[in-house]
Amino acid sequence: MKSEVKLIDNDGKRLDGRKPDELRKIKIEAGVLHRADGSCYLEWGGNKILAAVYGPREAIPRHTQDPLKAIVNARYNMAAFSVEDRKRPGPDRRSREISKVISEALEKIVLTEKFPRATIDVNIEVLDAEAGTRCAGLTAAGVALADAGIPMKDIPVACAAGKIEGQIVLDLGKEEDNLGDADLPVAIAPRNGEILLLQMDGHLTLEEFDRTLDMAINGCHIVSDLQKKAIMEKYQSVLEVE
Amino acid sequence: MPEEKREIVIPSQFLGDARKDKAGRGTFIENGKIYSERLGILSKKSEYINVVPLKGRYDPIEEDFVIGIVEEALASSWLVDINAPYPALLHVNEVPWDVEFGDTEKYLNHGDSIMAKVLQVDVSKKLQITLNDRNLYKIKGGHIIYVEPSKVPRIIGRKGSMISLLKKYTRCRIFVGQNGRIWIDGDDEGIARVLYAIRKIEDEALSFGLTNRMETFLKKDAKDVR
Repeated sequence: MKSEVKLIDNDGKRLDGRKPDELRKIKIEAGVLHRADGSCYLEWGGNKILAAVYGPREAIPRHTQDPLKAIVNARYNMAAFSVEDRKRPGPDRRSREISKVISEALEKIVLTEKFPRATIDVNIEVLDAEAGTRCAGLTAAGVALADAGIPMKDIPVACAAGKIEGQIVLDLGKEEDNLGDADLPVAIAPRNGEILLLQMDGHLTLEEFDRTLDMAINGCHIVSDLQKKAIMEKYQSVLEVE
Repeated sequence: MPEEKREIVIPSQFLGDARKDKAGRGTFIENGKIYSERLGILSKKSEYINVVPLKGRYDPIEEDFVIGIVEEALASSWLVDINAPYPALLHVNEVPWDVEFGDTEKYLNHGDSIMAKVLQVDVSKKLQITLNDRNLYKIKGGHIIYVEPSKVPRIIGRKGSMISLLKKYTRCRIFVGQNGRIWIDGDDEGIARVLYAIRKIEDEALSFGLTNRMETFLKKDAKDVR
């Protein structure tokens, strides 16, 4: 797609001054809500996201229960004021899809066999949106799950990469997402590199796809370090009393 | 207790080699390596590597003493919330009273608190509790407070040292449930002091020599010690 806006200037810098393989600014804070079992507040560029985890608790209604393992029930929701034009509140096709793919990604890493018949509810509330909310939401959910003390194999992390003006770049911003050629959100379990979520919007050749995926996975590892630092920061203080 | 630094671990953190060490509670093995499965404190006992959780729901174990809050009275049983992922069943055969069929509400109703013992936890985590044991009864009066279940061992102390200290210096009756609920009864001043002391223990749960420090703290303004 040819656009009026130049997404990459002559110096190879992007609209917000980032290099092609640079992430937006990320801030993560664990344990921000008192009523929830675990929570996380995350800022990722212009995204502001709050994630809260409740449970494990008995799954209701009863027919949703699995007698052998817990179900992970993620709910992705965008606040009415999170986008420029007011978003009509409530679940729509887009948010239901995102809820589903995030639930499935999280189910893969939580040790669900430990809690038969239970549910683990993850609420992801997008307060402010600026492209890449599903990655930011999943990243926040990972921190909130760890904060809730839920047994899991890894802390899931997500990051996107894409193609703008024929060039592969990391972590698309708002204009890049709207006017670019392709967007590839990826979620991984950073310890063994297992892919938990992979979606693609737009077109990439096979060779471009491989490069984009590699770049996104590299981004995931950077974000993963930030996640771990945020959890450590919150709980290191309990050791320092004396 | 060994005077070494405690270490916080997060899920997926590498803890050791499965050939050298044994994977204890809160850990899992993948490809011959031991990893932490949850947020907690690392503890190595003999050759076992354990992770003691910092947060999380109470994981019921048989024979544990707990404090439950009745959720619902059914025809021949009650459903009791013991802060586990699932409600616990209290059958009429497991109470000291002679309950007629359908008369359960006369004895325990929604909102009542009981001291109970975990009778059974089966594979699908169905819970049963009982009142048929020493000193188990319906709670009348007093206060119930909540602490993280993982901090309960510190509030009881080694062989009950901390809890007997609290009882001795505040003259309150205290019952600590393994599920993190604590029942306190006594005069107002005593209760206030227990509350303060328990919050202090909670805050400093991970430091060393806590029992001794608590003793000096409690001694300071204790009035008449039994």
